Amino acid sequence: MIRQVQFLILKEIRLEWKQKYAFQELLLYVVSTVFVCYLSFKQIIDLPTWNALFWIIQLFAGVNAVAKSFMQESRGRMLYYYTLANSRSLILAKTIYSLLLMLVLSACNLFFYSLFIGNPVQDFPMFFLAVFLGSSGFASVLSMVSAIASKAGNNSTLMSILSFPILIPLLMTTIRFSKNAMDGLAWSVSWQYIIILTALNALVFALAYLLFPYLWRD
Amino acid sequence: MSNKFEIAGISWWKWTCILMLFYSLIQGLLIPVPRLPILHETIRNLFFHVTMWFSMIIMMIASLVYAIRYLGSNKLDLDIKSEQCAYAGIFLGILGLITGSIWAKNTWGAWWVNDAKLNGAAATMLVYLAYMILRGSLDDEHKRARLSAVYSIFAFTLMLVFIMILPRLTDSLHPGNGGNPAFSSYDLDNRMRTVFYPAVIGWTLLAAWITEIRVRMKRLSIQNEN
Repeated sequence: MIRQVQFLILKEIRLEWKQKYAFQELLLYVVSTVFVCYLSFKQIIDLPTWNALFWIIQLFAGVNAVAKSFMQESRGRMLYYYTLANSRSLILAKTIYSLLLMLVLSACNLFFYSLFIGNPVQDFPMFFLAVFLGSSGFASVLSMVSAIASKAGNNSTLMSILSFPILIPLLMTTIRFSKNAMDGLAWSVSWQYIIILTALNALVFALAYLLFPYLWRD
Repeated sequence: MSNKFEIAGISWWKWTCILMLFYSLIQGLLIPVPRLPILHETIRNLFFHVTMWFSMIIMMIASLVYAIRYLGSNKLDLDIKSEQCAYAGIFLGILGLITGSIWAKNTWGAWWVNDAKLNGAAATMLVYLAYMILRGSLDDEHKRARLSAVYSIFAFTLMLVFIMILPRLTDSLHPGNGGNPAFSSYDLDNRMRTVFYPAVIGWTLLAAWITEIRVRMKRLSIQNEN
């Protein structure tokens, strides 16, 4: 199974490499969103606003990026996977790949966001941990929702309305955690957020792992 | 649901529903209530608003159980029940939002405040509205049943986390949090319980009644099509 997952992740990366424009499109999406925010806000003095805006950009970039993970697959190709791999390996591979994609996009977002709007973060390791935990939760929820939305006729609005409400708990916890990182609070204050985020990620992932086989058979 | 004990063609549990609801409506306005700061007489909303949310959660859990059973058995009838339980839950949820909003306007001075509990409730409604749209966008019965079952299990579990765990982490204006008086703080007042629990039973039975009728309508319309 681990070999299957490795193989599927490598396949995703190769596919992405072949169609570079899709990836460039996402990067450009993030950069232009940041630029639009910069022009509209000019300068953000209020820390919670900086934080909230960062995560809203993350949210939209994530939905756009991960929406493709199942939508780009044609019916024929899905059947081909069916003959080759276990359904659970497929969701595992898709989630890990989405996580990698989300991390690259987060790095890009953070870089341009800091460049244009400024970066008041005080505790960087903690902020990166928040970005990592948040992104992994986004990746597993969005992969699963993308699988549902792709079966319901490849509609990207559907993808958003299905995923936004279930992302709220994750988003709220992550925003609070990263706000602590921005203020440079001690780690002992933020432990509970780390535990909750890890537990939420585990829960989301376990649900996706259990439910995906039911989605897949057609 | 057996129809063995019927009075005037209405089975016993529907009579229970009618009795419980009228009892809680009348008694809820009549019985003496403890005088608590902030709440005062508005504590009576506990008999209406809180009981609706209780029944909503019960209906959503019923919908979840049917969804899980559908995935195990692939019987379309279970999917119809799951769908209709969710609809009845949404109905109660909307009633709960309205009663809560009117209460908040009079107690806090605003129709809506930014609060973990209120946001949890709003997010739950968004999830179920999305669920309805997902169902609407699919034509094939089996596919619709499977996808919506998977989505409702996935979403509802996360919503439970949102409603049950997250509000406990932050301070909240809502009664029962952050030192605000609420149900648990007058545990000794058993008079309120004599109205509260009958009201929960009444609303839940009403929702079950609505569900039963709608399930029968749905079955007939499917029969008609075939």
